[in-house]
Order: sequence, then C-alpha cells, then structure tokens
Amino acid sequence: MSINLFESILFATIVAGTPLLLVALGELVTEKSGMLNLGAEGLMSVGAVSAFAIALTMDSTVAGLVAGMVAGILLSLVYGFITIHLMANQVATGLAVAIFGVGLSAFLGKPFEAKVLEAVPRTVVPYLSDLPLIGRALFAQQWMVYVSWVLLALIIWFLARTRAGLALKAVGESPVSAHAIGLPVIRIRYFAVMFGGAMAGLGGGFISVFHTPMWTEGMIAGKGWIALALVVFATWRPSRVLLGAYLFGGVMISQLFFQSSEVQIEIPSQFLSALPYLATILVLVLISSNVKMIRMNSPASLGKPFLKENA
Amino acid sequence: MLWLEQRPVPSDKMRWLSPLIAVVLTVLTGLLMFALLGKDPWQGFEVFFINPLKSTYAISELVLKATALALCAAGLAVGFRANVWNIGAEGQFIVGAICATVVAVHMGSHPGFTLVLMVVAGLAGGAAWAAIPAFLKTRFNASEILVSLMLVYVADLLASWLVFGPLKDPMGLNFPQTVMFESEALLPILVQGTRLNLVLGFVLIVLMATYILMYRTHLGFKMRVAGESPKAARYAGVSAKAMVWLGLLIGGACAGLAGMAEVAGPMGQLTDKISNGYGFAAIIVAFVGRLHPLGIGLAALLMALFFIGGEQSQQYLGLPGSISMVFQGMLLFYLLASDVLIRFRIRWGREGQSPAPPAASARVPEDGATT
Repeated sequence: MSINLFESILFATIVAGTPLLLVALGELVTEKSGMLNLGAEGLMSVGAVSAFAIALTMDSTVAGLVAGMVAGILLSLVYGFITIHLMANQVATGLAVAIFGVGLSAFLGKPFEAKVLEAVPRTVVPYLSDLPLIGRALFAQQWMVYVSWVLLALIIWFLARTRAGLALKAVGESPVSAHAIGLPVIRIRYFAVMFGGAMAGLGGGFISVFHTPMWTEGMIAGKGWIALALVVFATWRPSRVLLGAYLFGGVMISQLFFQSSEVQIEIPSQFLSALPYLATILVLVLISSNVKMIRMNSPASLGKPFLKENA
Repeated sequence: MLWLEQRPVPSDKMRWLSPLIAVVLTVLTGLLMFALLGKDPWQGFEVFFINPLKSTYAISELVLKATALALCAAGLAVGFRANVWNIGAEGQFIVGAICATVVAVHMGSHPGFTLVLMVVAGLAGGAAWAAIPAFLKTRFNASEILVSLMLVYVADLLASWLVFGPLKDPMGLNFPQTVMFESEALLPILVQGTRLNLVLGFVLIVLMATYILMYRTHLGFKMRVAGESPKAARYAGVSAKAMVWLGLLIGGACAGLAGMAEVAGPMGQLTDKISNGYGFAAIIVAFVGRLHPLGIGLAALLMALFFIGGEQSQQYLGLPGSISMVFQGMLLFYLLASDVLIRFRIRWGREGQSPAPPAASARVPEDGATT
C-alpha cells in the first residue's frame, strides 16, 4: 500500500467516524443517567435536515449546526417527557423517536433535496499537518473534527472529575438512592436526555453540512443505530468510544480501499455496503458474550423508570 | 396543578381506551398540521380518512395493505408479550419475499404446488432471518434489538444485489426487478375486480392461531408470565432462552409470510423496494392493537389508512408521502403517553392531597390506601 493511499484512508476514516463519535458520546451521557434512548437514528435525521436547511438558507455553517442541535434537543424532550414524566417504556418510546424522526426528516427535507452546500474548507494546523503519515489525516481536517476531540476531552473530564458528573452517574446507578441523598433525579435525567439529543443533532449536522454536504432522504442509513452499538462496544467508557467510532469509520469507507487502483477485487457494492452492519453485529457478539463485563460497566438502572412514590 | 396519582390496580378500561385517545389526538394534531402548512384541514381529513373508504375498490386496497401490517404485527406481538424486542420485521419480510421469489422464478409450472412451496419458503426465510438474532441473543447475549435492526439493512442490500444481479429480469430494460411471476405463482384473487387475494385467509388463520397460542395454551401463558415478570417466570422454571427463540421465530415467520404475499400478490415480482416500511409500521400496529390479535386487526386497518393517505397526499395535497411516517410516529408517541392513564389517574389540586368528596369516605379502605 502506498503512503498516499494510507493517508487518504486514514483521513476518510476519521471523517466517517466523526458523526459516530459525536452521537455515541451523547448517547453515553444519556445512558449514564439510566435513560436508554434508542431514538438516535431519528435524532440524527432531524438534526441533519435542520442543520442543512438552516445552513443553506442562512448561509452559515454555525447557524446550521446550532439548528441541528436544537432540533435534536426538541425531539429528545418529547422522549424525556414521555419516559420521565409519564413513565412509559423507554425501549418503545425510543423506537417511536426513531420512526417519527426519520419520517419527519424525510417530510421536512423534501424541498431541500438535490441542493448542495458549499464545502466547508479544511483547517490546516501548521507544523503538525506536516508530520509524516498521520499529519494530513489528523491535522488537515474540517474544524468540526477538532471540535469532536474537544468534546470528547470535556466529557471524559466531566464524568471523571466533576461533582455534576458524579451526580449523573449516581442517578444512573440508583435513582432511588440518588433521590434519597437529595439529588434532583428528574432534572438530571432531563439534562442527560437533552445532551444526548444535542449531540445526535450535531452528529447529523456534521454529515449533512460538513461531510456530504447535502441532504437526501435516508442518508443517515442506520448510523444512529450503529452509534448505540458503539456505546455497548465501549462498555460505557468515552475514550473507547473514540476507538470504536474510528474503527467503524474505517469499515464504512472500505469501499474506497477496495475500489482503489491498487487492489482490484471484484466484490458487489452491496456487500461492501453491508459491512458496517455486519461488523456491528460481530462487535456486539464479541462484547456482549462477556456478561460480567457488561453488568459491571453498564449503569445499573439503565432503561428502568424512576417513580418518586417508591423512593 | 395537575399531578398523577397511582391507581391501586391498573385500569383495564384505560388499556383499551388509550389507543382511542391516541388516535383522536393524532387526527387532531394532523388537522392542525395541515392548517399550519396552509392546506385545507378538511381536505386533508378527506384524503386520509374518507377517500380510502369511498368505493369497494378503495376498501379492498385498504384491506390489502392492512393484511401485510396485520401479519407482521401479529407475529411481533407474540415476541413483545414475552419481552423479546424483535424490531427487524422489515428485514424478515424482505427475506421471506426473496425466498418465495427464488421458488417462483426457478420452479417450473406446477399449479398449486408452486404456491404451497412459496408459502413454506416465505415462512422459513423470515424465520431463518429472525433465528440469527435469536441465536446471538441466547448464545452470546447480544441485544436482539440492535442485531435484528442491523439485519434489516443487510436484507435490504441482499434484495438489492439480487434484483440488480442474479435475479434481474434479462428483458427488464435494466430495471432492478425480477421477471413477473407466472399465474401459478400468484395468490388467487378473492374479490373479482380487486387485488384482494388469498392473503386475507392467511391473516385470519394467523390472528386466530396467535390468539389460541397466547390465551388458550400453557405455552402462551408461560410467555406472558415471562414478559410480565421475568423473575416469577424463572422461579416457575420457564426457560428464558426458549422464549427468545419462540418470540423471534414466530415473528420472523409471520413477517416472511407477509413478504411472500407481497411478491405473490400486488407486486407480482421482487423489486429493490419491496417492503415499504411495513415491518416498522407493524411495531406500532402491535402496540396500538394492545398486542391482542383482535386489536391488531383493527389497528392494521387504521394504519393502512395512514399508508394510503400518505400515498395520495402528494397528488391531492402537494405534501410528501413521508407525512404518513410522521403520523405513524406521532400515533405511537400519543399511545405511549396515554398509557400513563392505565396505571395513574390525573388529579387536579395540590400534589398528594386528593379532594376526596364526602361520599367517597364510605369506600376508603381500597381507595384511600394510596393517598
């Protein structure tokens, strides 16, 4: 493999992994509070379409991303209200978010199909981008990629070093005990759900505004679901989300590798497109079979409603 | 202030009223949406709720759509009852359609026999696709939610590869589709002049069979116990693994049968867009129908209205067909929200203080215990 090919594969891997990183980090924080929001696919979809529509009409990348986050937050609030206040089943409500979000994005996005945004230029970090092999891939990316690293660092710090992070984890382990020591369980869970919504919206926005940059119906194509699997893969540890996101990013761009001039292998394109989904299943199998590790790392109250009356 | 008071026992009345409340709220929100989009709400109502019922033909189309939804939902409901979250009916539908297509395309002319074999292939194909998450769940503890969902995308790509490649109609001008099936490979029409076919019989059989299974057999009882209280089920010696297998296999087989009926019915061939989202909508049908075969039949008809309304809204309202998915998602939201009324009642006043009227004091023992 030539150096050039290696560089471009690494570069594309990071681009493809970035939305997964953003969404999975958001879902991780949501799940740390004990809330299992399966609606990431829907949240990403509304985020992507809102971000694209606003970025196009207001001619502003930042405004687009903010719109994507707001859309994600709004839809996640519906999820939050139904699961937290009305104590509905979290799995079913998450499914509703996914179905509704995908449908709504297709509906809202119709007028914006077949339009293209101007590509966001790459931000080249001086000196670092001259590093051999990895320089260009890591330090000549669009700026959202750097933002995703900052967010990762902030989340690691928040969960490990802050009081609020500790409170979040306490709620996720045992909302009843957390309530007993005076933590506002309901408020904390709402914030966690909203944060997850914002990050999923941002991830969707990255795809439609930075990566493609355009909107087509169904373009999220299961990335929200893959992000959910990534949280399991990472056993609820943010640093491992990074590893998983780029691993999957690599699988997603495998087409690039197989279609490159040096490796001529005749494989149906559908098979290559199926790889990320098959890889997700494989990863789930490898991680989940270690029941003890899952049980030790997953928030103990994950998916269970909190009733004040029982506290 | 409004607040929620836990009921001493869940309300059976609300269990069945809640879907009605959800439907009414969905329709009202829909009308509001039409108005906000600058459309005539009444015209929107007409497209979704009047036009599909206007003529015998329209009704037959509605029933035909409902059959696919009811088949998928009836199978899913068995799994949901046992707390097995198969959300990949869409993929099982596609694989059922693929297997039936392979039989239809490769079998010579054997009147009667071809169809029987196609039914078997559809059932087996759907069940086999669902067996993957069942195996990975029972053997490796992998989430059946994510695995069954991932397999939807894989099934979709598999169908796409087949109709672009090995199964492509050589005379089809390069369209991604197989040859049209011979008449022996098509389900016989039940009502002349319509497309309503024998699938209606399949639906009645499946609804009845799932009813008997869930409510009239010991196995069904065990599944319901496993769903409502996994702990109690474990003490009673119910095998959780067996429940996962049963739930997924039955769900997969039913979805596969629906896929078979789609290619052997209204489509008459396999294309790369065979499913239309029936498998996902069926999840909503199962919940709105309260996981009960009778409810599922009614909910499938309702959801079929949304499908047909969505198809026609482009033409009559100038709105994208995806509006149907918006309504479907909304219906599920409203249903889950209304379900709070099964276990709680809404109270007005200061939280924790029920404004107990004097007459109520006579029956305090059961009622007053919770306040």
